[in-house]
Amino acid sequence: MSRSRAHIVGVGETRYTRWGKIGDVTEHALACQAIQRAVADAGLSIDDVDGLASFADDRNEAVFLAAELGLPALRFGNMVWMPGGGGGCAAVANAAMAVETGQAEVVVVYRSLCQGQFFRFGSGATLAASPSDNPKPPTVQQANSLLLASMGFALPYGLAMAAAAYALPTRRHMHLYGTTGEQLGRIAVTFREHASRNPRAVMGGRPMTLEDHQASPMIADPHRLFDCCLESDGACAIVVTTAERGRDLAKRPVEILASEQGAPRGYAFGPFTNANIADEIYATGGTEELAGRLWGKAALGPDDVDVAQIYDHFTGCVLMQLEDYGFCKRGEGGPFVESGALSWHGGSLPTNTHGGSLSEAYIHGLNHVVEGVRSLRGESTSPVEGAQVCLVTSAACVPSSALLLGRR
Amino acid sequence: MTSERFFPDGMPQPLADAITLPFWQAASEHRLVVQRCTGCGHTRLPPAPICPSCRSGHSDWKEISGRGEVYTYTVVHRPIAAGQQLPFVIAIIALEDAGGVRMISNLVGVDPKHLSIGLPVELVWEDMSGELSIPRFRPASR
Repeated sequence: MSRSRAHIVGVGETRYTRWGKIGDVTEHALACQAIQRAVADAGLSIDDVDGLASFADDRNEAVFLAAELGLPALRFGNMVWMPGGGGGCAAVANAAMAVETGQAEVVVVYRSLCQGQFFRFGSGATLAASPSDNPKPPTVQQANSLLLASMGFALPYGLAMAAAAYALPTRRHMHLYGTTGEQLGRIAVTFREHASRNPRAVMGGRPMTLEDHQASPMIADPHRLFDCCLESDGACAIVVTTAERGRDLAKRPVEILASEQGAPRGYAFGPFTNANIADEIYATGGTEELAGRLWGKAALGPDDVDVAQIYDHFTGCVLMQLEDYGFCKRGEGGPFVESGALSWHGGSLPTNTHGGSLSEAYIHGLNHVVEGVRSLRGESTSPVEGAQVCLVTSAACVPSSALLLGRR
Repeated sequence: MTSERFFPDGMPQPLADAITLPFWQAASEHRLVVQRCTGCGHTRLPPAPICPSCRSGHSDWKEISGRGEVYTYTVVHRPIAAGQQLPFVIAIIALEDAGGVRMISNLVGVDPKHLSIGLPVELVWEDMSGELSIPRFRPASR
């Protein structure tokens, strides 16, 4: 290895709650708290931090956080374009690029959400621009953004809620391959069981059976309530630095073996706007090409993965990613999850050992990177003994990103 | 003449820009159009400034029949607007004579229990006001 790869040397988080439950702390203060904890976990000081990175229209701009935290200097401030949770792994990748190329030495990636202080993502309120009681012709409704002009071909049909948008590719997957609602339910039940050992998990004390899943109300067919991720308040952070700097810190560094980010042709904003992507990739997570590049870069394959943290905004998106990343063949995601493959109890691919966005917390998947690090340090509450390689993915069915992490 | 109503007035309205506005102007005349590249004939929706196939910036509008079939769908049980009838169906329609273009819309006049991918559908216009008409679909009558 000629070039020194970046490492993750610290992780941290605040308390995780249901949406709207953190009202006494501002979202940016919560971000600062998570950053401080991650830096302390690494055995570093805030004075060592010279870069901040985030993703998905972060309201908590790095320049303000740098000032609030009292960074001596901000040398690298970066945000990924991928919408929503698609950019979490990419933000870590960008931090890695920064330290590998000498743009900065210690970069912290962060995500903070206080949905009660802003809006609930799940409601679609971000996208449904002020409905009116007096419909007007569109001439006077000039869109002020590319996003809103594109959404003009989704919103008038009531397509504003993520649970409905992501149901579209999942429904087609069910049609093509016979995937069932019970199979989707197995994913939710497995992750809930993992959360039962995780004291941070919002749903830790709420066991769920497949019967509970099947009895939960239908939101947007085939998505029942328990197929949808939580809506949470909380923040987490990841500290990235060089191999040299990571060598003598508090915790065992976790190596970033490979990273990839991007979207296939025509993907735009995902299922709100990509009705015309190629038929072959419609009922997929859209991450098959990305996965191929990731495996190639690391010279690893799905069989080398000991534990996975797969972005779980909706159960169907987990299932389609399992196929994209080659853990099973296209169309066989249903039987694969039905086999118990994702379970910590002897599954071939223990997945979302923290409980995921379905049961730990919805922090736009940056908590999946935190758990990936913990699983390779032996700190997970559902530990996979001897785990050497962890796959972490960000939101699929939208422009996405992924990391392969390795134990040093 | 007033058309049949399926959704309340308070549904989100299309926000247009200079590129997408002709689609909505045609809709107000009950014409369903797709953008067609005058360079290579590739059709596209939503409208966009450049042909993603040949990268020509020149295009015109092709009126299409509005016949097609259901490509995928979701039955939604949460309202977007006050007074909305539930559940409602969002579907992607594979349009028949539009060069392979699919569009997001609604299926109306159908029992969700009898919905399936591949169902033949036809266009129905809903006039939300004198000047705003939204294209929706219903099971084909033929």
